[in-house]
Amino acid sequence: MSELVYEGKGVIVHIKGPVVEAEGMRGAKIREVVYVGEERLIGEIVRIEGDKAIIQVYEPTGGVKAGEPVERTGEPLSAELGPGLLGQVLDGLGRPLEVIAEKAGGPFITRGIKAPTLPRDKKWQWTPLVKPGDDVVAGDVLGTVPEGSVTHKIMLPPTIEKARVIEVLPEGDYTIEEPVVVVEHIGGKEEVKMYHKWPVRTPRPFREKLAPVELLVTGQRVIDTFFPIVKGGTSAVPGGFGTGKTVTLHQISKWADADVVVYVGCGERGNEMTDLLHTFPKLVDPKSGRPLLERSVLIANTSNMPVPAREASIFMGITYAEYYRDMGLHVVLTADSTSRWAEALRELSSRLEEIPSERGYPAYLPDYIASFYERAGRIKVQGRRDELGSVAVIGAVSPSGGDLNEPVTQHTMRYVGAFWALDKDLAFKRHFPSINWLRSFSKYTGGLKEWWIKNTGHDMMAYRDKAMALLQRASSLEEVARVVGEAALSDENRLVLLSAELIKEGFLVQNAYHEVDTYCSPKKQALLLKTLLEFYDRARPMIDAGVPVSRIAEMRSLGLLRRLKFVPEEEFENAVKEAIAQLEAEISSLLAEVR
Amino acid sequence: MSVYGLTYKGIDQVKGPLVIMRGVPGAAYEEVVRIYSEDGREWFGQVLEAGRDKVVIQVLGDTEGLDSNAMVKFTGSTLKIPVSDEMLGRVFNGAGEPIDGGPKIRADDYRDINGAPINPAKRDYPDEFIETGISAIDGMLSLVRGQKLPIFSESGLPHNEVAAQVARQAVVPGKAERFSIVFAAVGLKYDDVLFFRRQFEEFGALSRSVLFLNLANDPVIERITTPRVALTAAEYLAFDLGMDVLVIITDMTNYCEALRELSSAREEVPSRKGYPGYMYSDLASIYERAGRIIGRSGSITFMPILTMPGGDLTHPIPDLTGYITEGQIFLDLDLHNRGIYPPINVLPSLSRLMKDGIGPGKTREDHKEVSDQLYAAYSQGTKARELVQIVGEAGLSPREKLYLEFARRFEREFVAQGFRERRSIEETLDIAWDILSILPEAELTRISEKTLNKFHPKRRIAAQAEGE
Ligand SMILES: Nc1ncnc2c1ncn2[C@@H]1O[C@H](COP(=O)(O)OP(=O)(O)OP(=O)(O)O)[C@@H](O)[C@H]1O
Ligand SMILES: Nc1ncnc2c1ncn2[C@@H]1O[C@H](COP(=O)(O)OP(=O)(O)OP(=O)(O)O)[C@@H](O)[C@H]1O
Ligand SMILES: [Mg+2]
Ligand SMILES: [Mg+2]
Repeated sequence: MSELVYEGKGVIVHIKGPVVEAEGMRGAKIREVVYVGEERLIGEIVRIEGDKAIIQVYEPTGGVKAGEPVERTGEPLSAELGPGLLGQVLDGLGRPLEVIAEKAGGPFITRGIKAPTLPRDKKWQWTPLVKPGDDVVAGDVLGTVPEGSVTHKIMLPPTIEKARVIEVLPEGDYTIEEPVVVVEHIGGKEEVKMYHKWPVRTPRPFREKLAPVELLVTGQRVIDTFFPIVKGGTSAVPGGFGTGKTVTLHQISKWADADVVVYVGCGERGNEMTDLLHTFPKLVDPKSGRPLLERSVLIANTSNMPVPAREASIFMGITYAEYYRDMGLHVVLTADSTSRWAEALRELSSRLEEIPSERGYPAYLPDYIASFYERAGRIKVQGRRDELGSVAVIGAVSPSGGDLNEPVTQHTMRYVGAFWALDKDLAFKRHFPSINWLRSFSKYTGGLKEWWIKNTGHDMMAYRDKAMALLQRASSLEEVARVVGEAALSDENRLVLLSAELIKEGFLVQNAYHEVDTYCSPKKQALLLKTLLEFYDRARPMIDAGVPVSRIAEMRSLGLLRRLKFVPEEEFENAVKEAIAQLEAEISSLLAEVR
Repeated sequence: MSVYGLTYKGIDQVKGPLVIMRGVPGAAYEEVVRIYSEDGREWFGQVLEAGRDKVVIQVLGDTEGLDSNAMVKFTGSTLKIPVSDEMLGRVFNGAGEPIDGGPKIRADDYRDINGAPINPAKRDYPDEFIETGISAIDGMLSLVRGQKLPIFSESGLPHNEVAAQVARQAVVPGKAERFSIVFAAVGLKYDDVLFFRRQFEEFGALSRSVLFLNLANDPVIERITTPRVALTAAEYLAFDLGMDVLVIITDMTNYCEALRELSSAREEVPSRKGYPGYMYSDLASIYERAGRIIGRSGSITFMPILTMPGGDLTHPIPDLTGYITEGQIFLDLDLHNRGIYPPINVLPSLSRLMKDGIGPGKTREDHKEVSDQLYAAYSQGTKARELVQIVGEAGLSPREKLYLEFARRFEREFVAQGFRERRSIEETLDIAWDILSILPEAELTRISEKTLNKFHPKRRIAAQAEGE
């Protein structure tokens, strides 16, 4: 946040919660950041009427009085982008929570604290990649520094279209405030530091958007196999309370094969952030071998923190994500929960006395949701290099009463490529992830057939279709069974139910807290599903031969199949062979019995 | 230009609980005001809108008798209460004033009743098991120190008994110290308050408890402050004095209704069922005060009670609460009618912090798997029971019959227990195994081979036989 203060202060004339009105603000711009009152609380101008500005204040306004000053900064709300983001825990305005605690002198958050996002005293190991005389354009890599688990590229910021390098600092350790490169352009000389600022509500530029085609492996079976998301794709996770949204997002943040993860805790529980802070340093990123925290940026604006900052936190997060994308990295952003973000918007809108639309949300809600999901994508980066980067966006949605028929869910549904509808009934049964396979969708499955064949040797999308058909058949049979009882169904139909049950228990149910089950590689997923599908094919002839389904249900091998998922990757192929052998043996003996 | 300390004579308008004044340019947002009528009556209020031209004050208490000649004094401060260890053993009203006839308490400090958000980076993760002695809770909804776990109930159900039983029995295994209790009644009948008082007295907890009472006939507006005042006291006991505090607030439904009343007096656009759109954030500012803090030894474990209007889980009050708390204990009318105490329906219940509070070294290594299996099996059992309504017991398959029997025994032997019965976690898990063992082993898919070998009663008997 800039400390540059414009001449001519405004004066507060009215305070009502987080909305403050000030006079004497002529020349101020919409979205400009201002400091409000004696305590210099951070605010943003949301409306201008003549020389009056309406300000949304990001900190509690208790004790603020009419007559106190408002200072202008001349800058929009911006993110600091540079080395030092990874491993940080920030509030919705990009202030490190550790620094806030230090300055507040205690565990409670106080007001008016100014804390820059990036550490100013830390030195980074700079390796220049340009020399004086080189011509560079926006996005070109000027040099690199190692940061956490990535090689952080220092690029010519998008604000400098093209320039000529005139000075470069030699390899060495520097802070982000030292100008590592000096360039010259039409406007004159300009120092380039390792960081720059970017207005969070403006998408960062890129050369070209491409269709996303590569599976984002999450290690969660029902997601990767049934409702996959791709690198650069979008997904929403709607569900009532306790259905598993947060666990799903945590799992993806832990296991997704991404280079960088941005986790935005927006209006949710404090302890959920603490949970991440406890587990991330202990978990190791298989790619880099370093603690997961070093590939992550955590944003925590919990439900009891000021509501307006919730609104900002999502834009802050997506700007960080785009920045790492611009380095040619694959980024995943998860946001929990976009509903709390939309509610913050509703609250502001109602305080501004705008005309409410559906359920009190402003009429621009759809555009607003779109403006967030539209920032996802797989792109060709700026600058003269052939690199691709991506941002995948996954947002939790918390519909009131668990009813998906409400504005935030409905509008979100229009903009996302995958939709994981969580189901309260499944959650009550402890069928987790409680993704309802009849109401969820993914538009990405079509493009992934090749990916699975290439990476696992299995035509997984064919297995998927087969499993889906079985589940659907079972679901209509269950309808019937609910009326007449399972006992009244034919043995053939009861075998369908049994086989579908096996897919559910043995494949779809995945325990996030089980040492082995928490992550399942694509290879294991493919072999597991193939094996479980074989059960029906092998058992089917027994029914024709007259083996009662109750005997089939008692087979010991069925228990083995149900628990195959708990077998670690290294022992998995053998375990499959054993289970199949056992199954074959039991089938022959049952067949022998009826003959 | 501050009006701090200034007293103004005359108000422009009284509208429900709102007082509007003009020409008080320096009033501070949220500052507390005192209003005196000519006949010597006194009100408390808080600035809701601070403008150069207009100030809106929300008055605590009934505004009847307020007229345009009243005097308004601006105090320059937000709503604060005195705190010290002298709060223990005392009874206060919803504004934090003693009502037990005793003296004012010594003030070691004055604290803003709204508190301040705990910095998420300074929270300590709650992961210590609290043994409540109630099987359904300990076995399947384990409570941990610093958790916020509400009871979702309906009028007529024994939520008070369940909360009192928890308060009486709760211990952190290995810790000598008992919980201090902060109890807040929000819009409660005197009978209910008396019940809790007797309970606390009976198990000798009165001297380590603090009571805040807003009764059904007390000012509705004070229902807004009661939970905040109670939590301010709890924070002091926990984070300044290092005590483990159990906070029980009942009935949060009355709180939410007061919030709705206030919101409609302010003519705000309502959200679902007339409750204000900010109710989620408002409730969060209360519930999120529970927890533990790095470097401080105390904790706030929070058990609010709410009655679901019409028993409807999707009603905004339970709905928004469930979105904030770390699970819920759901009391079920049907179980109650069948004579099951405590009538906890575990299926819609949840403890989100259970995973890190149980297991080897904390409870027992089989705890998690047993709990998962109980859930899965009980849900099969309830499904079978629904089916009985339609096709009769004869129409069930043998497997369904087995699950039906399982559900019956689960409710009667595991869930049901006495109001004064305290079961250790070992006893709880042993009962669970006893009931689970009526199912074929192939059905126990949530339990690993290893755990089956060690804990399944049949395998244990087999292993013993082999040994002999
Ligand atoms: N994959 C999973 N494996 C095991 N348990 C799970 C899984 N997903 C969810 N759960 C269980 O469900 C509980 C609730 O999940 P979670 O906190 O993610 O819900 P939520 O949808 O985010 O709810 P809210 O909207 O209230 O935040 C968890 O505490 C955990 O017990
Ligand atoms: N500010 C608000 N915050 C939350 N909910 C609101 C708000 N304003 C209105 N609602 C609720 O949204 C629902 C619909 O409101 P409204 O009538 O404005 O929208 P609508 O699309 O015309 O719906 P309906 O067809 O039900 O009239 C109602 O339950 C209303 O109480
Ligand atoms: Mg959640
Ligand atoms: Mg309407």
